[in-house]
Amino acid sequence: MTKQDITLDVNGRRYAISVEPRKTLADALRDECGLTGTHLGCEHGVCGACTIIVGGETVRSCLMFAVQATGRTIRTIEGLADGNDLHPLQRAFMQNHALQCGYCTPGFLMLAAGVLEQNPDIDDKELIDVLSSNLCRCTGYENILAAVRAAAAEMRAPT
Amino acid sequence: MNDMPKGPIGRPLLRLEDPPLVTGRGRFVADISFPHQLHMRLVRSPHAHARINSISIEAALALPGVFAVWTARDIPEIGPIDFREGKIEKLEPYRQPVLAIDRLRYIGEPVAAIFASDAYIAEDAADLVTMDVEDLPVITRADDPPGAFDDHLSTEAAVVRQGFGDTTKAFQEAHAIVEIDVSIGRHSGVPLETRGAIGRYDAARDVLELHGAGKVPHKNRESLAKLFGRSTAALHLFEPHVGGGFGVRGEIYPEDILVLAAALRFERPVKWIEDRRENLIACNHSRQQRHKIRAAVDADGALLAIENEFWHDQGAYPRTHALRVAETTCGILPGPYHLGAYKALGHYRLTNKTPAATYRAPGRYETNFVRERLLDVIAARLGKSRIDVRRRNLIRADEMPYARPLSVLEDEVSYDSGDYAGLLDKTLALIGWDELQVELAERRAKGECVGAGLALFVEKSGLGPSDGAKVNVDTTGAIEVITGGASVGQGFETVMAQVCAETLGTDYRRIRVVHGRTDRIEYGIGAHASRATVMTANAVHAAALKVRDKALAVAGELLQAGPASLDIVDGQVVQRERPGGPSIALGMIAHHLRPSSPTRRGRDPGLAAEGWFDTEHQTYPYGNQLAVVKIDRDTGGVTVERYVIAYDIGRAINPLLVRGQILGGFVQGLGGALYEEFLYDDRGEPLSVTFADYLIPTLHETPQVDVIISEDAPSTRNPLGIKGAGESGIAAVGAAIASAVDDALGVPGSITSLPITPQRLKRIIQNLDARSVSS
Amino acid sequence: MKPASFIHHRPSTIDEAVQLIARHAPEDGRILAGGQSLVPIMAFRMAKPPHLIDINEIAELDLLEIAGDALRIGARIRHSAFGRDRIPGPTGALLATIMRNIAHHPIRTRGTFCGSLAHADPASEWCAVAAVMDAILVARSIEGEREIPVRDYFEAVMTTALRPDEILVEVRLPLLPTGTRFGFCEFSRRAGDFALAMVLVTMRIEQGRIVDPRFGIGGAEAFPRRLPQVEAILNGAAPDGLTWARAAALAAESLDPLEDAVTSGDYRRDLVRSLSIRAFTQVEA
Ligand SMILES: Cc1cc2nc3c(=O)[nH]c(=O)nc-3n(C[C@H](O)[C@H](O)[C@H](O)COP(=O)(O)OP(=O)(O)OC[C@H]3O[C@@H](n4cnc5c(N)ncnc54)[C@H](O)[C@@H]3O)c2cc1C
Ligand code: FES
Ligand code: FES
Repeated sequence: MTKQDITLDVNGRRYAISVEPRKTLADALRDECGLTGTHLGCEHGVCGACTIIVGGETVRSCLMFAVQATGRTIRTIEGLADGNDLHPLQRAFMQNHALQCGYCTPGFLMLAAGVLEQNPDIDDKELIDVLSSNLCRCTGYENILAAVRAAAAEMRAPT
Repeated sequence: MNDMPKGPIGRPLLRLEDPPLVTGRGRFVADISFPHQLHMRLVRSPHAHARINSISIEAALALPGVFAVWTARDIPEIGPIDFREGKIEKLEPYRQPVLAIDRLRYIGEPVAAIFASDAYIAEDAADLVTMDVEDLPVITRADDPPGAFDDHLSTEAAVVRQGFGDTTKAFQEAHAIVEIDVSIGRHSGVPLETRGAIGRYDAARDVLELHGAGKVPHKNRESLAKLFGRSTAALHLFEPHVGGGFGVRGEIYPEDILVLAAALRFERPVKWIEDRRENLIACNHSRQQRHKIRAAVDADGALLAIENEFWHDQGAYPRTHALRVAETTCGILPGPYHLGAYKALGHYRLTNKTPAATYRAPGRYETNFVRERLLDVIAARLGKSRIDVRRRNLIRADEMPYARPLSVLEDEVSYDSGDYAGLLDKTLALIGWDELQVELAERRAKGECVGAGLALFVEKSGLGPSDGAKVNVDTTGAIEVITGGASVGQGFETVMAQVCAETLGTDYRRIRVVHGRTDRIEYGIGAHASRATVMTANAVHAAALKVRDKALAVAGELLQAGPASLDIVDGQVVQRERPGGPSIALGMIAHHLRPSSPTRRGRDPGLAAEGWFDTEHQTYPYGNQLAVVKIDRDTGGVTVERYVIAYDIGRAINPLLVRGQILGGFVQGLGGALYEEFLYDDRGEPLSVTFADYLIPTLHETPQVDVIISEDAPSTRNPLGIKGAGESGIAAVGAAIASAVDDALGVPGSITSLPITPQRLKRIIQNLDARSVSS
Repeated sequence: MKPASFIHHRPSTIDEAVQLIARHAPEDGRILAGGQSLVPIMAFRMAKPPHLIDINEIAELDLLEIAGDALRIGARIRHSAFGRDRIPGPTGALLATIMRNIAHHPIRTRGTFCGSLAHADPASEWCAVAAVMDAILVARSIEGEREIPVRDYFEAVMTTALRPDEILVEVRLPLLPTGTRFGFCEFSRRAGDFALAMVLVTMRIEQGRIVDPRFGIGGAEAFPRRLPQVEAILNGAAPDGLTWARAAALAAESLDPLEDAVTSGDYRRDLVRSLSIRAFTQVEA
């Protein structure tokens, strides 16, 4: 099938790639841009391992095609830290033992980052609702919730 | 965990594994690619049971981008997959071929392999393969009469038996006989990362490599070397980051063999990444068992005898673990209780479903459910409390070690240490059991349907017989610990670094831990059956002790002090009695031990050592779990409101990680108790092939969990006193929740199968209501 | 689970899109909206559309406004749009409440209201809303525009009156009169899953009597619908336990439940009975 030349704007860098229209955004990021931090756990929208931020909204990158993401700002786990300064969520995940195998971690981090940016004062019930969209098979979630709560508090605190 | 220990062991230190994983730098198998690699895609059987007449691959082969297509005919030299622990005569003829030969035995069985330039194209080609078959009768239930595996063999591939004492006599003399018929549903580990494997052949060095290994790389290398007729030096396995193991990941499956065979034949790297649908029908299932079990008890509730007949649904073929789950089921069922006589009889039956094998706490999740169900019903029959009946039977601390003529993993069951009653007291105190009963009674009076339940269990961990490790300090003072262990996300590196750091007197962050690589160390026990911590940590401890001794000996010479007067603090050898006096860094000692160093004085070069740990028996941690549930009588939905897990681990190397293991295991157990099930229709069609049908609990479904980690009974079987923790969180979740649901319904024994789905529970409630109306 | 090949069309106007779908519908070309149902189906290769007409670039479809006594919802309006207090009155409150039952946050940022109606999953919350609120569906093709009243829209499981060459450009929801109360209750195995059954009820209570009741079920039958028999019981009755019990019993009785290998019809019937009571109780509160 014919490939299309497109440019993706990911984490502030431009990636000129050539993809078939059927290539999912997740696969394009992983295979064409070399950004393998975005994981695939189901490829049908349920697990959330592929969650990234497109145009400011958290989305499942397995359910978008790469050709649909041209001209939009894409953010992935590789761009979450500011250089060597980890994002408060990344630090909180380490401090709260919110990961074991780490496979779900990029998805949870991007989900939480996207949602906290839109709604820094999110209440606990809503936070639990949001975090319930992603699956983790290792941690039992308690530490993930604790980590996001801690990071949210830190992000809210006046600096 | 009262006072904080001084060294790294016992402290909740942060993990060494985390920095790459939170920044997207993990290297999972799908993240690895080699130049010129081919992508493999399997064509899987759409038939549950059929005879193959023909398979047409021409259309697939003709597709641009397709490099080759294999069916069984293309790999006649590659035999079926062997059992991990060697030959088992009786099961040999039942082994799974790598690609189906003349029969298809489950939906999902590999039939053909496509090799193409791209994963998308490989999948296009797979769609073009067609087969002509003749359908055969389908068996979906292990408790139905056995059928034909082939023209000669029955689907009852084996019968397992264990036991002791005279059960017949005990039943004759019993005060009461209690019998139940209970089942555990088919579910499994289902790691968030699907499987994957990359075969690569380095023709220049004649080395065959498998990337994407896990669990037991060294054992698997042995099996694969045999299968490919290669020396182990010419075959290496590499474990990348692994997105969860849980028993299912890292076994040898047909796909692993295919990527290796293809890499060899094509001299190109071959990459296979499983998709989720495949994962749900082709990766090992587990757990499905039906038990008819009866107990003979005296008036006081003492267990005089148990007869345990069960039907183990193995799926279409035995897998590498062979009979282990069925054997463990026999051996561990009595759990923490005295038992006068015992007879277990297990039917190991093949059905036209995905093959099953071990999943976290194999044989225990099942038997804890079965045995604790039985005890609840005994209590009800004798009019005693559930707790009294358990206390009456518990093995006492002063009876340890406590052996029984039963075996688990070919090892005689012998509990090393434990105070089962003591731990039960702690749990009941934490939850305030008596107050809880009052509170629940009040809520029931107000119309709520609430109840509490508990379950006791004995775990097993640390199967030997031996494991080794190497510790090497370089001239900069950086330390490398080389193990044959495997990491499936459990914090292996951190734990090994803590043990090494404690022994060597260094910062654990200066230690780099190698695992899952057969090219770095000759042997390795891997990561299964909660053995990594016990076996590998003790080996690391032994190696580090040797390094320590060597360092102190050299330092003694250099500092002109007796080694006994020296200590290592923060990587510096110091003199105990002279704080602030002369000291020497470990890196400097390594420098003195260079091959060319004159100060080496004939010692072997290098500040390095290899250590081994041997053990004769497993260690037996133990615990209990307590659930408080609320039932929605209208919908049959169950909400777990509170949960307590108490676990005696002997000695916790990192309590943060132990707690993490317990919490994670718990939620998996919750899945098996209420949500997860591989369902099939009568024609053998799998119904749980998406994550919208196979329901893994989310944060929403997860209750608050209190964890008690106790260290009352260190293992007597290893110097560090540790027992494994990997399986404690999951082990009794089905048991405790079933007991709590019974309690809420007010009818002991009403739950007879897992998972307790809303629809099933609604039916139970309706039947109970109908009975109470008619009586 | 990689989708089969397709040609991606990216029209920027409805007219262009209509031309494209007219050309490609005969070979199973399809509209791509949020992709939250279509892409999973393509991943499983249960659909292999050779052409996708992607309507995400059509700004005209960004319509969310009140016109007269109806709310107009264009085909590019995502589920999450209903959470942001943009729509006043009981209609807005109802939509915001129900939205929180649809899937999860990262799916609501893409999935569309109209896509849900086009897809017509029996357990779609928006389909139930449309049925209960007597929605008008606006379909466009090269032949022009037609309005389909919702009672003529659903035909079977995932089958509707929408033709393959038509685009559902807009759904019009008649606004609920001021003072309308509603109750909504669904049951799913996990939060965010498709429900096994759901009940939506709206009514006003005037002088202690139920006025203008609407009662609909979703998830339990092949497609959602209002149950006029149940509404008849409610109409003019006192909003009390007795009325609720009678109405719920009749709802369960009137059901023609979906039945599959996992969920029985009897269970769905039981669910409808209890969910009805709960929905009614919300109205009361
Ligand atoms: C994990 C998960 C959970 C979910 N849970 C729920 C849930 O609880 N409740 C629920 O209702 N939904 C749920 N969904 C589905 C989701 O709401 C979808 O967004 C919705 O069903 C379809 O909308 P879409 O815009 O994504 O349509 P698409 O996926 O783009 O399209 C779906 C179908 O409709 C057609 N179509 C779409 N728009 C139009 C149009 N304007 N004109 C003509 N045809 C059109 C397409 O051709 C396609 O056949 C879930 C999805 C996921 C992935
Ligand atoms: S991989 Fe996208 S949601 Fe699972
Ligand atoms: S840490 Fe392994 S899946 Fe979440």
